[in-house]
Parts: sequence; structure tokens; C-alpha cells
Amino acid sequence: MSGIVSYGSYIPYFRLDRKVIAATLGTGGGRGTRAVASYDEDTTSMATEASRNALTARTGLVVDALSFSTTDPAYLDKTNATAIHAALGLASSAMAADLGGSVRSSVAALLAGVSSTGTTLATFADTRCGLPGSGDEANGGDAAAAIVFGAEGTVAELVGRGHSTSEFLDRWRIPGESASKIWEERFGESEYVPLAGPAVTDALKAAGITVDQIDYLVVGGVHPRAQGVIAKSVGVNAGALADDLSSAIGAPGAAQGALQLVDALDRAGAGEYIVTVSVADGVDVLVWCTTSALAGFRRQRTSRTLAQQIADGNATLAYPQFLTWKGYLKREPARRPDPDRPSGPASSRSEDWKFGFVSSRCLQCGARHLPPARVCVKCRTIDEMTPERLADVHATIVTFTIDYLAFSMSPPVVAVVVNLDGGGRFMCEMTDVDPASVAIGQKVEFTFRRLNTAQSVHNYFWKARPVRA
Amino acid sequence: MASRGIRDRVAIVGMGCTPFGEHWHKGADDLLIDASKEATASAGVKIDDIDAFWLGTMGSGISGLTLSRPLKLDYKPVTRLENMCATGSEAFRNAAYAVASGAFDMVMAIGVEKLKDSGFSGLVTGAIPNDGTLPTITAPASFSFLAPAYAKKFGVSDEQLKEVLTRIAWKNHRNGALNPRAQYRKEVSKETINASPRIAGPLGVFDCSGVSDGSAAAIIVRAEDAYKYTDKPIFVKALSFVAGPAAGPIDPEYDYTTFTEVVRSAEDAYRQAGIQDPRSELAMAEVHDCFTPTELVLMEDLGFADRGMAWKEVLAGTYDLDGELAVNPDGGLKSFGHPIGASGLRMLFEAWLQLRQEAPEGRSIASIKAGKKLALTHNLGGAPGSCVSFVSVVGSEPSA
Repeated sequence: MSGIVSYGSYIPYFRLDRKVIAATLGTGGGRGTRAVASYDEDTTSMATEASRNALTARTGLVVDALSFSTTDPAYLDKTNATAIHAALGLASSAMAADLGGSVRSSVAALLAGVSSTGTTLATFADTRCGLPGSGDEANGGDAAAAIVFGAEGTVAELVGRGHSTSEFLDRWRIPGESASKIWEERFGESEYVPLAGPAVTDALKAAGITVDQIDYLVVGGVHPRAQGVIAKSVGVNAGALADDLSSAIGAPGAAQGALQLVDALDRAGAGEYIVTVSVADGVDVLVWCTTSALAGFRRQRTSRTLAQQIADGNATLAYPQFLTWKGYLKREPARRPDPDRPSGPASSRSEDWKFGFVSSRCLQCGARHLPPARVCVKCRTIDEMTPERLADVHATIVTFTIDYLAFSMSPPVVAVVVNLDGGGRFMCEMTDVDPASVAIGQKVEFTFRRLNTAQSVHNYFWKARPVRA
Repeated sequence: MASRGIRDRVAIVGMGCTPFGEHWHKGADDLLIDASKEATASAGVKIDDIDAFWLGTMGSGISGLTLSRPLKLDYKPVTRLENMCATGSEAFRNAAYAVASGAFDMVMAIGVEKLKDSGFSGLVTGAIPNDGTLPTITAPASFSFLAPAYAKKFGVSDEQLKEVLTRIAWKNHRNGALNPRAQYRKEVSKETINASPRIAGPLGVFDCSGVSDGSAAAIIVRAEDAYKYTDKPIFVKALSFVAGPAAGPIDPEYDYTTFTEVVRSAEDAYRQAGIQDPRSELAMAEVHDCFTPTELVLMEDLGFADRGMAWKEVLAGTYDLDGELAVNPDGGLKSFGHPIGASGLRMLFEAWLQLRQEAPEGRSIASIKAGKKLALTHNLGGAPGSCVSFVSVVGSEPSA
């Protein structure tokens, strides 16, 4: 049995203010905001970012196995976790597999992490949307989370669980369809609510606690109405029912449960009980108990917290832009050729660079090379290089441009030339930035993105983004 | 080991250049026939008299057959070559060396590009299969990296820099307006240039060279044979070509205010030609003004201005047609147009016209009438920090 030894999150930069939906369509929307993956993000890239956040939160983590849960995989038939594995620079001996398809797969991923030996990274990401004007469009969210399980220095442990499983038609989607279908809402409510009681009872019994001892109750899932009823029905003490994050970021499907757990862990003290309830094709109740190591873990980490990521959102995203990114608005492209798909063999040869952002450093003069080179640009020494991963190194803009002509899902393209802290020069696209704010001297960090998709091949690589506090 | 050059060993005795522009009704074959026909007529020779051919084209054909098929060449050697936007110059350089080596008596260098059949905006080049990590920004974007870097380094405000770039475009349009072969034959007001739709960074449409179709050709013989064909041959004084290590995008010390490749090729060419002070010795220069910031930086790299001073020289009119050193008197890439494989030879065509004093009244360069005898052409391909550069010096008299 393993406990949680680190955790992290990724909330994309953009938010859709739900008011703008009704302003355009005359219907739909609501209050608050939902998180929106940018045009260059998908579940694989967001899971990578959340995993980086978790792995930098604690030093010395060596991952033995990685799982990836999503309802919106970038590829079918091909494993997506291998791209995350490569982008994190994990050892070849580390297992990586998808646990996807439905929201409930995320519960299985957490349980697999608990059952694992060694260090297991469970990562979760989802992009949730629906047809324009739908509840799924307004209430969904795009986000990612990562939970690292291990034996040493646990900050929380699973102390009890309970489950109810039932087969009924509440929400479904045939592969390839862009939006899910939903049965009449009250039918789902009538099915879900009775499933909750036994699962909660079993979980608390297994944990050996009473309802009064629950410090944080978080309820997520695929049926907001049933979730509301269930949250009240548990009967926790006043103040123990936690915010489910949906008014700020929406409900990010397979990432929601793990994100709610991250949020509770960021608030909890030592020896407190966190109960997560997932309402998705059944009800799953997990009881976590924090340890005295939690406060120390939070104190020493320098990675950005979930609260910071939520607060940093940019809610000026225009609704037509949102629709374009989600594929519901076809717009006139630039009069430029479509991008070519990356070559399979070429991408494989450069796996460490393309996915892992691994440069080479000259052993003679120390010059860094991005991309890695065999001949040193400074001293011309041949084949005396050592690999060096630079994904977490910051850089400074040397010059920049705004390209209004280049092909992009979201023109204009911002391109920058940057010098890395500690040496090295790189030219790349910049993302999550207002073109008017780009300036020489600005600090940037690197982020793993999907540059484009050409002939059914997703082209993943790194971009720069502003360093945010 | 040294770059010795072939000063005064070969000469141009005939040239041709099609009008550049959107030739919707002419293919690459037609353009090649037109340019070669004009070149042979200008030298008073027949195509059969030519012993070997160097054909430059970036993407309008592959192999020597691209030329031999439309011209129905009679089993002659034809080399097809490519060196990005310096392709036309590279054809000329290799052809000149073939004559200088003694391998052939008379050769033709010809360049062609048919860009307007693609249906896309700007320049489109086929990518070699790769890992998808190469920058995919457009040519104007990569050259616009120069603008903020130059402004920052030399303390020029964004507004001043825009004025400088606008003036370069305005000058080249004004020169092109006088040139019947140019793609754009209209003066354009500074207000229009300044307000044109943005393409990349501070660059508007009018800061970018014309995307066009065209062809140009030169016939080259040994210098001692030149006067058999014309009273006014143009002698090759220097040919320099360098390909850099593409250090700019990976070397933190490169600052995006210079083309090191141009500096090196200019030094080499001036040494070959025996030029000490290019600004006073040259009568004119055709330079690679693919985008206006390129011309600005080239003025410093080619030694026409001190570092950080070119922007002031531009505003002072130093490089105007009637300025101290005429730069791009034919309108340049900006106004004459830029059919890639033809551009380097088009630059030589202007040197040919001007040094022979055959440019029409109204656009002839006064310092040539007054006795100056040297012209420079400069052609580059690639992007700042990662390019190939060609510099030639040609003159109307053999050296004493």
C-alpha cells in the first residue's frame, strides 16, 4: 500500500466567462467562469504540465510507473501516456499506460496508485465541452491533476473506501462524436442519489470514522444536480463541505476528483479526514487521512499552487474564439499551406529533444545546444557532449515578432528568441500571452504544447510562456 | 589556403531579364526562353554557341532538364542548382568559375522562379520530412526579428524605426516606378506604406518584397575574348559566397542586428576586388532587400554606414538614386519583385545596364557618368543568424 507523497495541478490560462454564452446565443451560460484549454493544448499536454507541477513540488522523486486518465484522449489505439512519459524525461524502465474512456476511470487510477509498490504517478486531464448553448459547454472545464504515490514521507493515506455500481443510461458518447448525449436529468438523479448512502456508509466504516469526523467533503462527477443532493445528504458538520471548484473552473471530467483532492490537501492540517465522492456511473467514496508531513511538504515546495493557478486565469476570452478552439466554428484559414505531419522516424530519433527538451552541453567549453548538436557551435569540438534537460529552466526574451501570416489555429503567432538562464539560445513560439505585452527582457518559462495536428498526427513540442507569479 | 578570386578573368557579354511580376499566362519554360533569348541577342550569339549552362531555381524545376527541355539544347551540360534566395547568384558564380578554369569558352548562367502558381500568400517552400520541432514562422517574421533588436541596441524608438523602414520601402518603390521591368511601377506614399496591413512585427505589406515570377540570364566569356562580343563588357572583380554555421538561433551572443555571413562575404569580396572604402568606390549596390529591416542592417554589414548609424543615413537620403551611393536603383526585391532563382541575376542585370550607361534617362546614376566604374550585388538566403550570403563586385573596365 502506498500513500500520497506529492501532488500537483494544471489549470489552463484562459477562462470563459459564462455570461458571454447567453450574450451571443440568447441562451445557455450561467454565472462564474470555466477553464479553457488553449488551441495548442490537449489532455496529453495538460497532464504533462500537471505532472511537472507535482514532480517539482518535491525533490528526489523517481517515477516507476505512470497512469493517465481522460475521457478525451488525443489518440485512440496509441497510448497517450508514453508522450507524457517522454515529456517528463522518465526512465525507459518506467511503465506508462492510459486508464481512460470514462470519468470513473480516474477513481480506478487513484486506487491503482494506492495499491502500487514503488513510486507511481497518476495523472488526470480532461477537456469537457458540449454543443453551443448546452449545459456541458457552460459547466464543463479543462484542467489536469497529478498525484504521486509512494511509501516514504506520505502526506496523506487512503484509510477507507466504498463503492456502488449500477448500469443505466445517464450520459454517453460514441467514439468520434464531439459532444455527449444526456438522458432526462431527473432520471439520472433518481438513479444516483440512492447509490450514495451505502457507499458512504461502507467507506466511513472501513475508515473507522463517523460523519462528524469528516473535515473536508468534496463531491464531483457527471451529474451536478445529483451531486448537490448527495453532498447535503451525507450530513457533514457546517463548514466541512468544500467548494467543488466548478464556479471558477467548471467540471473537468476525469481530472475533477483528483483536483478536488489537491485543493483539500492544500487546505488541510495534520490528521484530518478528506472524503472525496465521485458521482459517475455509480458512486465512489474515498476517505483520505493527512499526515504530519503535509505542512512541511507545502512549505518547501516552490511550484505554483492550485489556488495561484486558478487566480491567474484570463477571463477575457471571447466566445467566438472559444467556439473556434473547440471546433464549433470553422473560420477562413490563412492563405498558407497546411503544416506537414512530423516524420515518425525523425521524431523517434529526437525523442529526448522533442518531448523531453533535453539539450547537449559541450564538455570542453560548456556551451549549451538547443537542439542538441554533435559539433560545438563555440569551440567546434566534435562528439564531446553531455545531455541536459532544460524544461524547468527560465529564459529571457532577446527579440520577438508577431507573425500575422503564419498558419495557426489562433493567429497571430508570437515568436521569440530567448537566452536561457545558465546559457543557451532557443527560438520558439510563445503562448498564453497578449501579443501587445511581449517585450525584450521579459522572463519566460517553457511549456509542453501541441503545435498542430497534421494528417492525424499530433505534433507536440515546447513553447515559451510568460513567467507568472 | 586562401580565397583568391578570379578578378578580371571573366566578363559578362550579354544579359537578359524578363519583366518580373504575376505572369499568369507564362510558365517557367516561357520565362526561361524569354530571358535566354534576350541574353543571346544582347551578346550577338546563338544558343548553340554556348558550351555549358548553370540554371538556378529554388522550386520551379529539378535537374538540368528544366532548361534543356524547353530550349531544346543540343546535348550540352546543364547544372541545376539551389542556394535558397541566393540561387541566381550561385548560378552566376559557378558559371564564371567554369570559364575561369578554362573548361569552357562561353557559358550561360540563368535563373528562374514561378512563384505565382502556388495559390498561397508569400513564399512557400516544401519541407524535408522532420521531427516537427523546426520553427515554422514565415520569412517576414524571421527577418522582423531584426527590428526590435536593432532599435533596442541603438536607442532608436519604435516610431523612428518605423519611419526608417518606411523610407526604405518608399525609396525602392520610387526607383521601381522608373523601371519598366519592375513588378510595382508606382510610387507609394509614406503614409500608405506606414499604414499598410501588418504582416509581421512592425512590417506591413509594403515592407515586404514582391512575390513574383521572372527569369534573368547572363552570358560569360574569358575576359580576353570579351571585346569580340561587345564594346562594353562587364568584368567580374569579385565573387564571394559563404554559408554560415547557423549559429544565430543557438548562440546567445548573436544579437540580431547583423548578418555575420554578409560581413564575411563582403570582406572577402572587397579583398578580391581591391576595394578599401566601398562607400566611396562603388557607384551603386543592388542588395537583398527582402524586407525593409534587411536593407537597413545590410548598409552596415556591407560597410556603407558605421554601426548603429545606417538608420540616420537612410533618413538623410544617402542611398537614394541621387544620393551618395545609390542602393537598389532598379527598385530592389521590394519593387522589382523577387522570383527567387532569378533575383541574383536581376541584380547583375541592373549593374550591367548602369555601368554600360544604358539605363534610361531619369534613372541613370550620376556618379557613373562622372567616372565611377564599380557596382556591387548582394544576395542572401535564409534568416538572420542562419543564412548564406553572396557578394559580387563587377566593373566596366579591367584593372590597370
